[in-house]
Amino acid sequence: MTAVDTEPATPGTDAEHLLVVDDLSTSFATGQGPLRAVEHVSLDLGRGRTLGIVGESGSGKSVLARSIMGLLPKYASRTGSVRFEGQEMIGASASDLRTLWGARMAMVFQDPMTALNPVLRIGRQITESINEHLDYSKTQQRETAVALLRSVGIPEPERRLRQYPHELSGGMRQRVVIAISLACGPALLFADEPTTALDVTVQAQILDLLEAQQRERNMAVVLVTHDLGVVATRADEIAVMYGGRIVEQAPTQVLFREMRHPYTEALLKSIPRLDLPSHTRLEAIAGRPPDLLDPPSGCRFTPRCPYAQDKCHAEEPPLEDDGTGHLYRCWFPVGITSKQTTVDSVVTEANVRQGDDDQAVPAKVPPAPPVDGPPPAAPAGEDT
Amino acid sequence: MPDAPTAPSSEPAVLMLEDDSLSDEAPSNEAGSGIGVGGWIAAGWLIFVVAVALLAPFLPVDSPTARGAGPRLPLFTEGHVLGTDSSQRDVLSRLVFGARSSLTVGAGAVAVGFVVGGTLGLIAGFRRGRIDTFLSSLFDILLAFPALVLALSLAVFLKPPSASATAGAEEIDTSGGLTSIQILVLALGIVAIPLLARITRSTTLSWAQREFVLAARAQGARSGRLMVREVLPNVLPAMFSIALLSIAIAIIAEGALSLLGVGVEAPNPSWGNMITENRNVRSSPLNALFSPIVALFVTVMALNYLGDALRKKFDVRDSAL
Repeated sequence: MTAVDTEPATPGTDAEHLLVVDDLSTSFATGQGPLRAVEHVSLDLGRGRTLGIVGESGSGKSVLARSIMGLLPKYASRTGSVRFEGQEMIGASASDLRTLWGARMAMVFQDPMTALNPVLRIGRQITESINEHLDYSKTQQRETAVALLRSVGIPEPERRLRQYPHELSGGMRQRVVIAISLACGPALLFADEPTTALDVTVQAQILDLLEAQQRERNMAVVLVTHDLGVVATRADEIAVMYGGRIVEQAPTQVLFREMRHPYTEALLKSIPRLDLPSHTRLEAIAGRPPDLLDPPSGCRFTPRCPYAQDKCHAEEPPLEDDGTGHLYRCWFPVGITSKQTTVDSVVTEANVRQGDDDQAVPAKVPPAPPVDGPPPAAPAGEDT
Repeated sequence: MPDAPTAPSSEPAVLMLEDDSLSDEAPSNEAGSGIGVGGWIAAGWLIFVVAVALLAPFLPVDSPTARGAGPRLPLFTEGHVLGTDSSQRDVLSRLVFGARSSLTVGAGAVAVGFVVGGTLGLIAGFRRGRIDTFLSSLFDILLAFPALVLALSLAVFLKPPSASATAGAEEIDTSGGLTSIQILVLALGIVAIPLLARITRSTTLSWAQREFVLAARAQGARSGRLMVREVLPNVLPAMFSIALLSIAIAIIAEGALSLLGVGVEAPNPSWGNMITENRNVRSSPLNALFSPIVALFVTVMALNYLGDALRKKFDVRDSAL
C-alpha cells in the first residue's frame, strides 16, 4: 500500500468525517487524449449524513461516485486523496479495496434491469457478498437474506429467494438491488440515480426506503441524481456539478434560499412547475454540456450562461467559500453582483417539495405572470 | 361537425404508432417459446442415437467385427435387418457400434474444445488487454490453417509409429497407448479450440460490460468469481449451441479423416470408415454404404437444427433483456 498517511486519524475526527475527498481528479485515456471527467473535487461527509450530487448527463457525477469508490476501468487514472474511515483509498491494493467494497461501502446502480444477473436466483445474488465478507453458515446466510428482503419491503421473501430477476417488477428489482447493497451493513452507500429507471409512482417509495434504511443503520448516503427535486428534501448538503467540476456546494436549505451559480438557477428553472398554467414553455438550458476532451476556456458554463461576460471567457473562477460554508464557482454570482434574480427561491423550493412529496404545499404566489397562450382550457390539437 | 377535420389527421398517426409497437413485440414473443416441433424431433433423434450408442454392448446385435459364413445377405433378412456387408458383417451391428465411436469422437473432440477453448476465450474476453491480444492472435493462427489439414497432420503426428503393426484386430477398445479414437479426439479437439474460444470470447466481451458484473465487483467479488459466477452462466447458452454445431462438424471430419486413412481404425466401425470401406459402388452392397450415410446425414442435420434452434432462442432472450 502506498497510502500517504499525513496524520493518523483520531477516532473523534473519524466519526465526523467518514469520507474526506481532497482535490480528486479523474481522467480517462482516450484516442483523442485525456478526458478529464472529474477535476479538483473536494468533499466531506459525516456518518449518517446525505450528500446530493446533482448535474445533467455528462457532468461527471456518476464518474465522481465511482472515482471515490475506486470502481473505474483500467484506462482511468485518479489523483488527489480519498480518505474513508481514515484509510487512504487511492493507491490502495485491489485486495484492500475488495474488503471495503460491499462491506463498508456499497453502491446502488441506476437500472435494476441490468444491475441484476438474469440467470442467477435472487437468493444467490444476495448471499454472494454475505458469503464473501461475513463468516456465516448457509442457514445464517439464508436467514439474513430473508430478513434483508423483508426490511426492504418485499412480501413473501422466502418465495422471492428462489425467483429470477425477470419474475420481478422494476420497483421490486430495485428493492432487491438495495437489499444486496445493504447486505453487509455498509457505512457509506452510493446511490447512482437510483430512481431514474423507475416509474414515477415507484420513485418516491424507493427514495423513502433508502431514507428509512439510512436512518436505521446510521449510514451515510451519496445520492447522485439529475433531479434537484429528488435531493431537495432528502439531502443535507448538495453539490452541483458541471463539466466535471463542482460549481456550487452548500447545505440544502442555503442552496435553495440563495443559489449563486447561474447553472444551479437554470437547473431549478428547468423543473416543470405545477403552479404555472398548462402549456407554459419549459425552460430548458440551451446548448450542450462541454466537450471534456476540449473544454472551453474560462468558466465552463460560459457558452450557455445568460449572464456571461468577457471575464468569464478569459478566466476560470475559483471555487470559493463565501464565509458561511456556501461554495460557488462564479465571477458574477446570481443575486449578488447583479439584480437579475428571476426565480423566487422560496417559491421554487416549495414547488420542488411539491413535485417530490404528495403533500401539496399551498402556492403562496400570485397567479403567475401572463404567459403566452390562452388560459389552461385550450384544447389540444388546435394550433393557430 | 367542427371537430371532423382535425380528427382524421391525428388518428392515423396514433394508430400507426401502435401498430409499430405491436409488430415489434409479436415475433419476439413467438420465438421465445421453446425450440419448436422440429427442435423436439431433432432432440428425440439425438437422444435415441446416444442411447443406442451407450447401450450398444447390451443390445441384441451381433459383434460388429464377426464375419459370417455363407453369402452376403440383403436388407430385411431375418437376423440381419440391414443385411451384411461384403465381409459378411452385420450392418446394423456395425451401425450401432459405429455410432458409439462416431459420437465419442464428435463429443470428445468438442468437449476438449469446449473446456480448453471456453476457458481461454473467457479469460481473453474478461481480462482484455495484453492477455486478450496474445490469446486472440493464437486463435487466429490456429484458425488460419485449413481445419482438415491441421486435423490430419495432428492425427498423423499423434499416431504411435508402431500403431499399425500392433493394432489388436479383434478388440473394439484397444487398450494401452493412444487408441485411434483418442488420437482423433485430441486432433479434432485442438482444431475445435480456436472456434469455441472465439465464440466464447466475443460473447464474454459483451456480458462482461454489463452492469451486474460491475455491481458484483462493487460488492467485493474477485475477478475469478465474477468470471465464473456472473459471466460464465450467461455465456454458456451461446457456447452450447455452437458446441452442438461443432459436434456435427467433428463427426463429418472423422469421416473425411477415415477416407485419408487416419480415422477410426479398421476393423472397428465408425460411420466414417463404414462409408470409406464401402465407397466402391460397383463392388460394395448398397445397404452397407447407405446405412451409415443416412445415419450420419440425419444425425448431423438434427445437431445443426437443434443448435440453430437454441441459438435463435437465446439470441431472442439476449435482445429482450
